[in-house]
Amino acid sequence: MKPFLEVKNLSVSFQTEDGVVRATDDVSFSVNLGETLAIVGESGSGKSVSSMAIMGLHNPKRTEIHGEIFLNLESGSVEINSAEEEVIRKLRGNQMAMIFQDPMSSLHPYYTINNQISEAWLLHNKGDKKAARARTLEMLDLVGIPDPHKRIDEYPHQFSGGMRQRVMIAMALVNNPKLLIADEPTTALDVTVQAEILALIQEMQKEFNTAVLLITHDMGVVAEVADRINVMYAGRLVEQGAVDDVFYRPAHPYTVGLLGSIPRVDEFHGKRLKTINGQPPSLIALPQGCAFRERCEFASHVPGNLCATTRPESTLKADSHQSRCHLNLAEVSAISAQRSAN
Amino acid sequence: MSDPILQVKGLKKHFEGSTGLMGRKKFTIKAVDGIDFEVGRGETVGLVGESGCGKTTAGRTIMRLYDPTAGEIIYDGQDLAKATSKDLKALRSQMQMIFQDPYASLNPRHTVGKIIAAPFEIHGVEPVGGVHKEVQMLLERVGLNPEHINRFPHEFSGGQRQRIGIARALALRPKLIIADEPVSALDVSIQAQVVNLLDDLQDEFGLSYVFVAHDLSVVQHISDRVVVMYLGKVMEIAPTESLFKSPHHPYTKALLSAVPVPDPEIERKRERIVMNGELPSPANPPQGCVFNTRCWKAQDICRTTAPDLLQIGGSQVACHFPE
Repeated sequence: MKPFLEVKNLSVSFQTEDGVVRATDDVSFSVNLGETLAIVGESGSGKSVSSMAIMGLHNPKRTEIHGEIFLNLESGSVEINSAEEEVIRKLRGNQMAMIFQDPMSSLHPYYTINNQISEAWLLHNKGDKKAARARTLEMLDLVGIPDPHKRIDEYPHQFSGGMRQRVMIAMALVNNPKLLIADEPTTALDVTVQAEILALIQEMQKEFNTAVLLITHDMGVVAEVADRINVMYAGRLVEQGAVDDVFYRPAHPYTVGLLGSIPRVDEFHGKRLKTINGQPPSLIALPQGCAFRERCEFASHVPGNLCATTRPESTLKADSHQSRCHLNLAEVSAISAQRSAN
Repeated sequence: MSDPILQVKGLKKHFEGSTGLMGRKKFTIKAVDGIDFEVGRGETVGLVGESGCGKTTAGRTIMRLYDPTAGEIIYDGQDLAKATSKDLKALRSQMQMIFQDPYASLNPRHTVGKIIAAPFEIHGVEPVGGVHKEVQMLLERVGLNPEHINRFPHEFSGGQRQRIGIARALALRPKLIIADEPVSALDVSIQAQVVNLLDDLQDEFGLSYVFVAHDLSVVQHISDRVVVMYLGKVMEIAPTESLFKSPHHPYTKALLSAVPVPDPEIERKRERIVMNGELPSPANPPQGCVFNTRCWKAQDICRTTAPDLLQIGGSQVACHFPE
């Protein structure tokens, strides 16, 4: 069976006063139904830009999008990038839905919860307001909002941050979408609430067999919920693989550095944190060759001037685990092992 | 503790508000409601808790950015709560603050040189070798290029801006720094750089830190001791390792169980403690122990009597039924 979402060679660039920003460059991945793919990376690495492209949310006047985004529906495949706005509008909120980091700014402050969720349902379903209200109630109950009969007529400001995020999830899932894009869904929440919301997303996924695309910078959250991981750096996908492969056998020096720089609540070494020196490059003036090379501690192990001249392509040929580095997994592992021994 | 640099005793900060027609309904938010803790010389004390627990208000009240409602803030033997504005100005050169948002805490119209030199100007201090040279030294010390002294904040990245904030806090060679979520706006790899910088500066300048943060992994890494707050009260104070390995307060236990660890195998095996209900409003905190409405161990006494902060081993715990 084909994956529900297939992204092929996606490149998104914006025209700005300072020049062309290459937000994502040649990104390819897929997500199956019932599976969670996490996209991780630092600010500006292209995580959100990719998800906006999937939802067809970029302004075509200012954005140049190359590549293909297929939604493989039961009724056939749709390619988002070349589809008419009318077609995308029928899919958005129906076959694919999105939840954002800040539920307060994604909910309308002047309308009741019933108004907002009902509207989302009425857009894609035949039925009257009464049916929509019944469906809204059902969703509020499903996402664990206590006392839904009372709260359905309240306004967003009457809800706590965690409850608001539950409302967002109820709204996103009201039409049983096959794809849920969660863009930093728990970043604004306290850890205790975060744990509840992540559990809710997983529960809903199990119930509806949803494909989940989770965008986050928190490797702890990734370890908790993801099946597979995409690691992005400066607009490129630098590593992708199953969650265990990426955590226990990272193949890209950036992933190695990222994992090393996270403090953990279960480790008490009192040592300095490992860091990745320097900063990400500007997306307007990306360097030739590998975008990570100036921060890379492994670059000296690459023969010649390869990192500076040639952009690395995948070195691990197996479908499941790929990395864009001139060193292969065995070489990266050997160098990492040697470093931690010293 | 012998000779702490800071002693906070029974500190309270209440905010008055009003609501309803013509603001006739008055209410009080007890943001900080009687907290006690100490900071030793050269020590880092982490102040943690969920949003609304009062950790930021506590930090700001200690700096006297807010006037305390009650209690003492004894800095180096002197009570800041009673200090006049003249005394405060002198004392503030010894205690400085680093803020969360490196975009909002730097004046966009001032050059980095002017921003870092502001403390010298305000306190009428002329550093040895002159202001310009001192500012360049500070820039270099926090890992920035001293030649960038004439640049504006927008020309720097988030991590670099936080370094500028740190350089400004260091200018007067303070003894105590209150850092309010100093790394939460930064990307992971940049966060590690700033955490290491704070560590180095502590050794070099003999600084004491009050580190206010919600990210328990960072707090665990940087702190010697941790104060856990909930609804304006202290739940537990303990040396870092003991707090994270064997928490005594049910709230600490629940909080720690919610922190995800970047390790898929551990995550698959993990059991989370789910707390009952939601965080109550600080305008109307529960009677007795403030945590009783969400605690799975709560008994009748918890609903009537607030527990005192009592010593258990090396920790202090406010619970009738500690773990």
